[in-house]
Amino acid sequence: MISKNPQLGKNRELQHLLTTEGLPTSILLQILDTAQTFVGVTEREVKKVPLLRGKSIFNLFFEHSTRTRTTFEIAAKRLSADVFNLNIAVSAQSKGETLLDTVDNLVAMDADMFIVRHSQSGAAHLIAKHVRPGIHVINAGDGRHAHPTQALLDVFTIRHYKKEFHNLRIAIIGDILHSRVARSQIHALTTLGVPEVRVIAPKTLLPSKVERLGVRVFHDMKSGLKDVDVLMMLRLQKERMQGAYLPSSEEYFKYYGLTPEKLSMAKQDAIVMHPGPMNRGVEIDSAVADGSRAVILPQVTFGIAVRMAVMSILAGQPV
Amino acid sequence: MKIMSNISLPDAEVLFSRLVAEIQANHDKPSALIGIHTGGAWLAERLYQILSETCSLEPLGLLSASFYRDDFDKVGLHARNKPTEISFSVDGAHILLIDDVLQTGRTIRAAINELFDYGRPASISLAALVDRGGRELPICAKFIGTELHLPKEKNLIFDRDEQGQFYLRLEDNKGVPSSSTEDLTE
Repeated sequence: MISKNPQLGKNRELQHLLTTEGLPTSILLQILDTAQTFVGVTEREVKKVPLLRGKSIFNLFFEHSTRTRTTFEIAAKRLSADVFNLNIAVSAQSKGETLLDTVDNLVAMDADMFIVRHSQSGAAHLIAKHVRPGIHVINAGDGRHAHPTQALLDVFTIRHYKKEFHNLRIAIIGDILHSRVARSQIHALTTLGVPEVRVIAPKTLLPSKVERLGVRVFHDMKSGLKDVDVLMMLRLQKERMQGAYLPSSEEYFKYYGLTPEKLSMAKQDAIVMHPGPMNRGVEIDSAVADGSRAVILPQVTFGIAVRMAVMSILAGQPV
Repeated sequence: MKIMSNISLPDAEVLFSRLVAEIQANHDKPSALIGIHTGGAWLAERLYQILSETCSLEPLGLLSASFYRDDFDKVGLHARNKPTEISFSVDGAHILLIDDVLQTGRTIRAAINELFDYGRPASISLAALVDRGGRELPICAKFIGTELHLPKEKNLIFDRDEQGQFYLRLEDNKGVPSSSTEDLTE
């Protein structure tokens, strides 16, 4: 049985962006190609196009985030949309009913699009299923589940520097277990035809049966980084270091922190990426983060063009 | 009224030569050429090679106008949308916009709007290979290869073959090729 993909409409066109899982290659490429056309807009005198003039976009952040919210806001403003930021920090016990009531109220204020971040996996799906046709939802991170625009800006950055996907060996390094970014990256990379995606992490920070996602698993940096073209670092969240996952941040840095020495095990022209915010001295050494191989700040810049692309593709879909 | 029967479309290469001659004969020379994707960009590339031999031009500009179209709410973005590339300052430039088929004028309106987000040109004029009438906006080309009067439901497509030779063909609104010798009556 084919399960229905709630992101796609009748003609398999993108109606919501909830996850990179199950997105057809054609839609991934459409987003990347459209984003390429927006890169030029951000470089000119008037960094704005009138595409979404008159549309109301609500940034619905139930979990704190500065960078992601800001880049969505910039992207929407560069498309001439009206943007409303709602920071609704809620307790973990908050139930779906409250969420949908909030959404209904905003729909009554003529919202056209919701950008949703929530600590619970599936929050964006819930809203997407709830709203009427013509209202679009973008998942800006839900629990441990997905963060599709981060993964899309990552693959956009990879294509910018490496041109093709079919000849790459890519390593995702760090806390795969808790990372919605890693999950979204793996789905996007494998769909785009990257022949070898590796994950490098201690056993305690890997989901069980992670191989089923089509990745090769490594527990040490030396063998894991050999012949790698792209290193995708993950942020190690501080709260993980207090539990049973890791002994200490110093020990983590010793084995998994990316230093110039460890980077030298990868290919000479390998690039280093990080979704931010970085913990210098925990998952990445400053010498690497500020070094010539890091493309961490270009990732942020490309993130705006990618989010412009997603918003304008969604807003342009026929109802 | 019968406007054309047994029409055979004109040779696009001949029209292009005519357009080039018209532009060259004009006293006021442009300082920059900007072609509108996709057909206008092909024409502009060739025109640039010819004109840059005799006058000094800014690097060729290419423009998409997709982000400025007025039918976005109806048709959305094209999947194969090409980026605008203008590498010179448009401030004070005398710009010649180039498009393949001029009809409603809406693409040109969008293109002009986009250009003004790059700066303030001294002047903008328009060259089109074919003016097929049907204007919905007060827009007029300074140079045209020819005028063609065609039924509204026919799309006139400008294309180029593998050797880079320009040609014209007709499609109905659903994208089905039409025989160019059929009886075209209004």
